[in-house]
Amino acid sequence: MSQFAIPSGWEVVIGLEIHAQLATRSKIFSGASTAFGAEPNAQACAVDLGLPGVLPVLNEGAVRMASLFGLAIDAEISRVSSFDRKNYFYPDLPKGYQTTQLARPIVVGGSVTVTTGEGKQAREDTIRVTRAHLEEDAGKSLHEDFHGMTGIDLNRAGTPLIEIVSEPDMRNPEQAVAYARKVHAIVQYLGICDGNMQEGSFRVDANVSVRPEGDETLGTRTEVKNVNSFRFLQRAIEFEIERQIDLLETGGEVVQATRLYDPDRDETRLMRTKEEADDYRYFPCPDLLPVVVDDETIESWRAELPELPDAKAERYQSEYGLSAYDAGVLTSSRATAEYFEAVVAREGADAKLAANWVMGEVAALLNRLECEIGACPVPADKLADLLERIADGTLSNKLGREVFEALAEQGGSVDEIIEARGLKQISDTGAIEAMVDEVIAANPGQVEAYRGGKDKLFGFFVGQVMKAAKGKANPQAVNDVLKRRLDGD
Amino acid sequence: MSTSDTPQRGGDAALINASIAQLRNGLSAGEYTVADLAAVFARRIETIDPSLNSLVSRVEPVEPASSTGRLAGIPFVHKDIFCAKGTRTTCGSRMLADWVAPYDATVHERLTQSGAVLLGKTNMDEFAMGSSNENSHFGAVANPWDTNAVPGGSSGGSAAAVAARLVPFATGTDTGGSIRQPAAFCGVTGIKPTYGRVSRYGMIAYASSFDQGGVIAKSAADCALVLGEMAGFDERDSTSADRPVPDYVAGLDESIRGLRVGIPKQWFSDALDPAVGDAVTVAIDELRAAGAETVEIDLPDADIALAAYYLLAPAEASSNLSRFDGVRFGYRCEDPKDLQDLYERTRSEGFGSEVKRRILVGTYALSAGYYDAFYRRAQKARRLITDHFQRAFEQCDVIAGPVTPTPAFDRGAHSADPAKMYLEDIFTIPVNLAGLPGMSVPAGFVEGRPVGLQLIGRHFDEARLLNVAHQYQQRVDWHERMPSFAADSANDNREG
Repeated sequence: MSQFAIPSGWEVVIGLEIHAQLATRSKIFSGASTAFGAEPNAQACAVDLGLPGVLPVLNEGAVRMASLFGLAIDAEISRVSSFDRKNYFYPDLPKGYQTTQLARPIVVGGSVTVTTGEGKQAREDTIRVTRAHLEEDAGKSLHEDFHGMTGIDLNRAGTPLIEIVSEPDMRNPEQAVAYARKVHAIVQYLGICDGNMQEGSFRVDANVSVRPEGDETLGTRTEVKNVNSFRFLQRAIEFEIERQIDLLETGGEVVQATRLYDPDRDETRLMRTKEEADDYRYFPCPDLLPVVVDDETIESWRAELPELPDAKAERYQSEYGLSAYDAGVLTSSRATAEYFEAVVAREGADAKLAANWVMGEVAALLNRLECEIGACPVPADKLADLLERIADGTLSNKLGREVFEALAEQGGSVDEIIEARGLKQISDTGAIEAMVDEVIAANPGQVEAYRGGKDKLFGFFVGQVMKAAKGKANPQAVNDVLKRRLDGD
Repeated sequence: MSTSDTPQRGGDAALINASIAQLRNGLSAGEYTVADLAAVFARRIETIDPSLNSLVSRVEPVEPASSTGRLAGIPFVHKDIFCAKGTRTTCGSRMLADWVAPYDATVHERLTQSGAVLLGKTNMDEFAMGSSNENSHFGAVANPWDTNAVPGGSSGGSAAAVAARLVPFATGTDTGGSIRQPAAFCGVTGIKPTYGRVSRYGMIAYASSFDQGGVIAKSAADCALVLGEMAGFDERDSTSADRPVPDYVAGLDESIRGLRVGIPKQWFSDALDPAVGDAVTVAIDELRAAGAETVEIDLPDADIALAAYYLLAPAEASSNLSRFDGVRFGYRCEDPKDLQDLYERTRSEGFGSEVKRRILVGTYALSAGYYDAFYRRAQKARRLITDHFQRAFEQCDVIAGPVTPTPAFDRGAHSADPAKMYLEDIFTIPVNLAGLPGMSVPAGFVEGRPVGLQLIGRHFDEARLLNVAHQYQQRVDWHERMPSFAADSANDNREG
């Protein structure tokens, strides 16, 4: 964890612009595929290439997905929205303009609840969303591999995006990250975005400014781009806060500018100042009709909404008796929640045990393998098998971890692993009694001392029995028998 | 295609003046083959066009896709703004001088499905910006009635080609008068349909909220036949109208008795050449003679319409033409030293001066700080003009007036003064602002140069416009006159 703290006397103001690629099969204005990873320019049709004479036709799926997001954050869905052209020249922008929604966005208002801190420090804040609008993505400029030239890949050109613009409601980097994570979770819950930050499906730009505590007017802001993980988002904002405060404290001033975050150097770099920014010459796109959505359609979309993170977290608390924190962690991504729910779906499952395992062993494993829960080598049904064996006393927690490791490394079934490794816990009272009697017989001095009042020696006996059982004895049973034999007789 | 061994009787002269319906009858009756017909017109193109320059590309005719369609076997040419797969599509610009379209415009698809046979692509003002066809990378086009005169623009090549009887019909596009004005200057019949009636897919955009494809032919009857095949909803053009296309031919013979014809009093003012005004008045008298009633109507603010158009159309053009940047297709400058240089030189060298002028005007009109003063006010003016028409149509069924203030002017007459040139469009532009259908119908001559009668209808009232024009053409023969230039050539051709 970073050692960052906002210097006292300063207030930080953060707003985020999030671009989420919508998971439509075809592009926003053409029939070309949106799948990631194809050969360069293999998925760019005449419309995407901006050939002379072509025209855009709006993909209604994109309108539905954007509206689902609006409904999920309790925003207003515009009955009439429209497209504008944002004009600028860049090689990966085929038409010389981006078709976007400036004047009349599809989603207006709404808010997202974020939680920061743990336990007593935990606090909940409402971050307002200004708007979310539909637009088309640009292509990619590839600057490497072309010997000083630039390659243009237009596969991404025309992929539908929603740009989600927040109000400047966040006051520290943790809040900003919590907000971004929550939006990330919502779009994934809705199934409207795959959320892949490495592939650029979910991109976050941060507007950051600082001002002396108590000031009413906002400080000059900078916009930080090129942040492709939540960790980098946190770092980029922290760096920018420190940089701006340093400037102001040493008599300098913040210049309104767009800055790029460089994760290798962990710093932000000037990209262009406001004076250098293009005049985008927005005007209504004459090739597209206004998008009209009626109440009936909106209600049918509302009916499609799945259970969203906040509602799910509340249910986990009331239904499974989980803490607010645990419920928050387990619902933080759709995939985690799905995994957890698949585990507790097993009849007789212990939800608290499942929650501990998902947040403990499973999270640690994923961390170690740097993989997503969807690709977890121990699938939910295997974990459910494992927890069943712990609940029925076949395995101790410790042995359970060993089986879990085996499942992760080599797969197979839980029972086969238990069988093959002889990991079955010894719960048979007769066998344990025999081992306990042996230990008592072999350590008369310690028995004497214990019975004379040295209670702490109880642990010694447990250890000896476990040693004799090679760790496989049911600890509860060992305790019970030892107590009976040492105290009772 | 191969031609039959025995040439048809009657000679080319009969064929080149025949209506499309007559040509279809001749084909059906076996008097000549599709290939014969294509050959007749191809031969005329070959011998006559070098002195007109109405075509920028010739296309080898192919066997029509249909032998029963309403245009089966009928030769035609496209304004070179329509994409036809495998053909060079230049839009009159150096920027696209070598660009071969890899797909078909919807208009091309529909015409060829109906059996029409493409013979070439016509010259035009670069990117449809101009009223004289002098703004073409491929040189000016001569008016067949007087080779010193311009044919009008921007569909000047199409109008000249039809006037010279190089083809039975041609496509055109009309953004501010680009079908009607050249049709008037060349003494042919042209229709600009309601905005949205004909798909814009595959038609290279100039000003998207105005651009509309249409037809130039010898007569209203031919226009009716062709428009019926071209028009209709296209799911690839979101601005195309999803409403049925009436049978335009079926309505031609209806009487116009009792029809209320509105005469805009402001249009018969000092701005109008009196001789043109006289010809138009005589034409309106003819409508009256056919049973129509005339009412004087109010269509003010033509000057405002002109100003609004010359802000809005360039604004859209400045954006539409951004894609010509030398990166993916079209002209690219030699040895660019960096990206900025690539953009600057490609666009400086690839575009002509009128196109650059309009891009600059449009860029300015959309710029931060000017948008409200220019673009937004112009949009308000557009609504105002639309309202004027709406009120006018409460009193009348069609509007009749001049197409242009003057007959065709000499080449070079306005080239030093673009604003003067823009005034050529003063009677056509209001129609585009309102998105209404308009026609130009031959209505006589002034000093040997043709004059056009403009007919304007309510939205989607093309059938009525065509009906009125046809009824007029039953009473006059202006549209049947052939320039002596073309007639001589026809004779030369037949004898040769």
